[in-house]
Amino acid sequence: MIYEQLLRSLSHVQEATPKEGTLWMPPPVSTVAGHVDWLFYFILGVSTFFFLLIVGLMVVFIVRYRRREGRGAEPSTSHNTALEVTWTAIPVVVVIVIFIFGFKGFLDMATPPGNAYEIQVEAQKWSWSFTYPTGYVDSNLHVPVNRPVKLVMRSADVIHSLYVPAFRIKRDVVPGRYATAWFEATQPGEYDLFCAEYCGTSHSDMLAHVVVHPPGEFETWLAKASDFLDTMTPVEAGRKLFQVRGCQQCHSVDGSARIGPTMLGVFGHEQQLVTGERVVADENYLRRSVLEPAAQVVAGYDPVMPTYQGRLNDREIDALVEYLKSLKEQ
Amino acid sequence: MAAPSHAGHGHDPHLAHHFENPAQQSQAVRLGMWIFLATEVLFFGGLFVAYSVYRANNPEIFVFAHQFLDKNLGALNTVILICSSFTMAWAVRAAQLRQAGLLRLMLALTLLCAFGFLGVKAVEYHHKWEHGLLWARQYQPQVHAVGHDSGHGGTEGGAAAAVEPAPAVPDGDATTIPQAPEGPTGLAAAAAEPLPSGHVAAAEPRNAQVFFSIYFMMTGLHGIHVLGGMAVMAWLLVGSFRGAFTDGYFTPVDMTGLYWHLVDLIWIYLFLLLYLIH
Amino acid sequence: MAVDTSAAAAPAADLPGTGGPSYLDHPRGLGSWLFTLDHKRIGVMYLVAILTSFLLGGVFALLVRTELLTPGPTIMDADTYNKMFTLHGAVMVFLFIIPGIPAALGNFVLPLMLGAKDVALPRLNLASFYFWVAGAVFSLVSIVLGAVDTGWTFYTPYSTTTSSAVVSMTLGAFILGFSSIFTGLNFIVTIHTMRPEGMSWFKMPLFLWGLYSTAIIQVLATPVLGITLLLLAAERVLGIGIFDPALGGDPVLYQHFFWFYSHPAVYIMILPAMGIISEVVSVFSGKHIFGYRFIAASSVAIAVLSFLVWGHHMFTSGQSGLTNVIFSALTFSVAIPSAVKVFNWLATMYKGSIRLAAPMVYVLSFLFLFAIGGLTGLFLGALSTDIHLHDTYFVVAHFHYVMFGGTVIAFLGGIHYWWPKMFGRMYSEKWAAVAALLIFVGFNLTFFTQFVMGSHGMPRRYFNYLPEFTAYHQASTVGSYVLGLGFVVMAAYLLHSLVRGAKAPANPWGGATFEWETTSPPKPHNFDRELVAGDPYDLDALVWDAASGGYVRRDPAAIRVGG
Repeated sequence: MIYEQLLRSLSHVQEATPKEGTLWMPPPVSTVAGHVDWLFYFILGVSTFFFLLIVGLMVVFIVRYRRREGRGAEPSTSHNTALEVTWTAIPVVVVIVIFIFGFKGFLDMATPPGNAYEIQVEAQKWSWSFTYPTGYVDSNLHVPVNRPVKLVMRSADVIHSLYVPAFRIKRDVVPGRYATAWFEATQPGEYDLFCAEYCGTSHSDMLAHVVVHPPGEFETWLAKASDFLDTMTPVEAGRKLFQVRGCQQCHSVDGSARIGPTMLGVFGHEQQLVTGERVVADENYLRRSVLEPAAQVVAGYDPVMPTYQGRLNDREIDALVEYLKSLKEQ
Repeated sequence: MAAPSHAGHGHDPHLAHHFENPAQQSQAVRLGMWIFLATEVLFFGGLFVAYSVYRANNPEIFVFAHQFLDKNLGALNTVILICSSFTMAWAVRAAQLRQAGLLRLMLALTLLCAFGFLGVKAVEYHHKWEHGLLWARQYQPQVHAVGHDSGHGGTEGGAAAAVEPAPAVPDGDATTIPQAPEGPTGLAAAAAEPLPSGHVAAAEPRNAQVFFSIYFMMTGLHGIHVLGGMAVMAWLLVGSFRGAFTDGYFTPVDMTGLYWHLVDLIWIYLFLLLYLIH
Repeated sequence: MAVDTSAAAAPAADLPGTGGPSYLDHPRGLGSWLFTLDHKRIGVMYLVAILTSFLLGGVFALLVRTELLTPGPTIMDADTYNKMFTLHGAVMVFLFIIPGIPAALGNFVLPLMLGAKDVALPRLNLASFYFWVAGAVFSLVSIVLGAVDTGWTFYTPYSTTTSSAVVSMTLGAFILGFSSIFTGLNFIVTIHTMRPEGMSWFKMPLFLWGLYSTAIIQVLATPVLGITLLLLAAERVLGIGIFDPALGGDPVLYQHFFWFYSHPAVYIMILPAMGIISEVVSVFSGKHIFGYRFIAASSVAIAVLSFLVWGHHMFTSGQSGLTNVIFSALTFSVAIPSAVKVFNWLATMYKGSIRLAAPMVYVLSFLFLFAIGGLTGLFLGALSTDIHLHDTYFVVAHFHYVMFGGTVIAFLGGIHYWWPKMFGRMYSEKWAAVAALLIFVGFNLTFFTQFVMGSHGMPRRYFNYLPEFTAYHQASTVGSYVLGLGFVVMAAYLLHSLVRGAKAPANPWGGATFEWETTSPPKPHNFDRELVAGDPYDLDALVWDAASGGYVRRDPAAIRVGG
């Protein structure tokens, strides 16, 4: 009976955290956020109660029973089985309740609806890329509002973890297998997406945005974005690829050296490789660097670039090369 | 670190000062040794768990790869170790009965058996090395057809040469993990090269090298423990020539015996799990 | 040895002999320390080594917190930062807190509480210490070789592929594991075989129940860490492929192996701490401990249950839903015995006669901080909330509240409780209160803010962070400086007490356990007479003796063999 009432009250949980968030939680923007927040506040309430009880008693006792000259402890029993059973049984009941709610919420979070919109995700050190059903790849996650979205994720190298605090979802992306997560966004807007499993130097820079489109706008955005190779000039398309395919995480365009060498002025520039040989960076060199990055590592840099073999088609590579050619030093 | 001399104290010279009596000391040492053996079981236990996990998920790997192990040599080693446990137990008994000569003989025989065990393992490891049947990164099997191996003679070459196609794995036993079509390749796809399969290609399941990684880790760690046991036995043997352990205080021999029995027991499990796969 | 026969009252004639040699200066010479078999000397050497590790780990912590004053680089680059937090974790966990209380205080106190001359296996005890030293050397070598940047958890495949000095650090931790195992083995054997006449299991002091339960975990769990680290090193050096997906391995298997040890390990950290609280709360409330059997049983229950919950570190790893559910349910079970202890301690204070000396101040601090730490575990044990909170600062705050607010605070309480016994000196109560306050305030400021950051989505192990979290980070860093200051003050008055502190009586606090039945500091062989155990919490058996400035037994014959 009480259980059913509690369950019914859970259906009102959407209001557990107001739209602007609270001291504890960011704004809840997914269908599961309401439950997660409700349970959080429930545990918070239980914890606060027990904390105040414990600390309160402690303070009362040290005041009331502080040592006074000439007076020892009042005689009292040193065991009381009924009391022990009581203060064992009550916490047992409390944790069982918490467990059940956590379990129920988890079942929802782990079960994607059958009609979910699938987006493929690739995690690599240190960027995300999202592949939409049209084949278009972007560095941010665009989704329609009020529609379940299922992410099918894989890692190119080490364990990463996709975390969107606003949605309250998180899932480790483990190399060698697929990982899935799902959510249904309830509010248009832009939200943070973090990597939540330590993965090396730029773990804390492995960010992305989740863009939740208002009804009807997602399809428009996708159509326009997918055609970029046709609608943009090669240089513009190349710039877009450079930004969304993870290149800019490691290569700057302003002359500064990062994990990889800068792309400013790279075309036509004579490169010194780790092997000692010197090569001129022409179109073939650039193309080879994308497909076989370990073959021509520039001196002073580590061979950490992943290959894009199979991940960029010829048109895309051509566009990239055109863009890189345009990065002339002034 | 020498314990203070007990000479002239009027009590058992082997009794350490912080104990009340020899019985307490003996009880403490024994309990300590049993706990140590428990830690060894857990230590190897991790490897047994790894074995179980991989075998449960990929039984075809184990079915295929274990045929490169020579059951006869494995059985020989099992017999050797069981004999060594027998001679070790006899050594303990000899010490208890103050039979110095018998103690020395039994300790020497146990050591001899241990040497024999390691010798057989050396032969097996050499065979694996020759045929590139090593752990994951070094796995480059070069097991050729009968003609090439005829020069080897002996059981090693024969068993390896007759590489039958992997026995048909019954449906219920096949791996339940579907192979990803163009699935994630894990680390740096650039670095991954197709494993050279030599003449074994026809029958070899994917990731057969996992078996050898587990084989070498388990038998290697076991071998290190055999070496440790041999070192202690050598020390016992030297001491027995000086009259130690047959004056009523035989606890060190007893404790070494316990350790050695565990080493033997672990090998028996290794033999069963690595060599005797259907 | 001289017996003081000049004291007036009858009990004084039976005082443990004042004067005479103490274990500190007899025998003399560096060699006598380096090759000692005396558990008290080994304990002191451990105490120095462990506190030095705490200092080192603390320095790394302050560097981490200073870097986090601003988003982006503040005083170091990302790679250095990643090494800093890894070293902070590895040094604190493996060099400081796991050996911690058992090695530094347990070694000293356990035989004394048993009325014994030493632990059961003194040479093994010394070996444990040198294993610790060897492990520490390997770990420090890894720092010299460029340090490790994997996090103290060494998750694969990052740890098997990074170019940092993983192998020397993992070998260091492997060797440290032997130290832990042998200490645990020694304690189990000692408690089983060397209890004095009259000390049945349920007449043992609760600190020994704590050490015993801890020892069981040390002995059973640490070997699994050993094989895990060995496999990790083999993976790096030989490429055995067990955790590498490209070679057919499974990275999540590593996590199972690692946490199978590392979860019980956190109970290695807390159980001895809880044992100290039981001792101190009783003595400083002037009252028999409440619920002795329940507290003892809860220690064993925690030790057993601790082996069943490791998967709660892996709720987002992709293990099956069923696995997640089972681990979540079991995780809640392990919360119950801890709650039971807290209530029993409070009941001990009820109707007591409470003295707020330094050890008791730490008990109060413990109750406050451990309550928060334990209760925040509930958020993490529940599946749906954990999905959101895992790998955020909420977790960082939770484990610092239990490990620091719990174990370290209790450790400090134990140091202040047994300091007079170990070194024969009293310290300044006034400065102790100052340090305790600085630590309490600094700690809460450092870590409470992290709960809020975490639930707002701030991930952990982040060098860079979004500007919206800046205020939290800055508050947290300021708190860490206050915390550091508290420890500086503590080091100062404790060191000062060694040279200028008032001489301590045999029993400054009025405890009824046997360590108080010998001089402060104890003689090399501990006791002059064989002892018979009574009730270790029968505090009425002690009475204040103004002449000696300490407590004495009303009836010394009651605990002597033969009366």
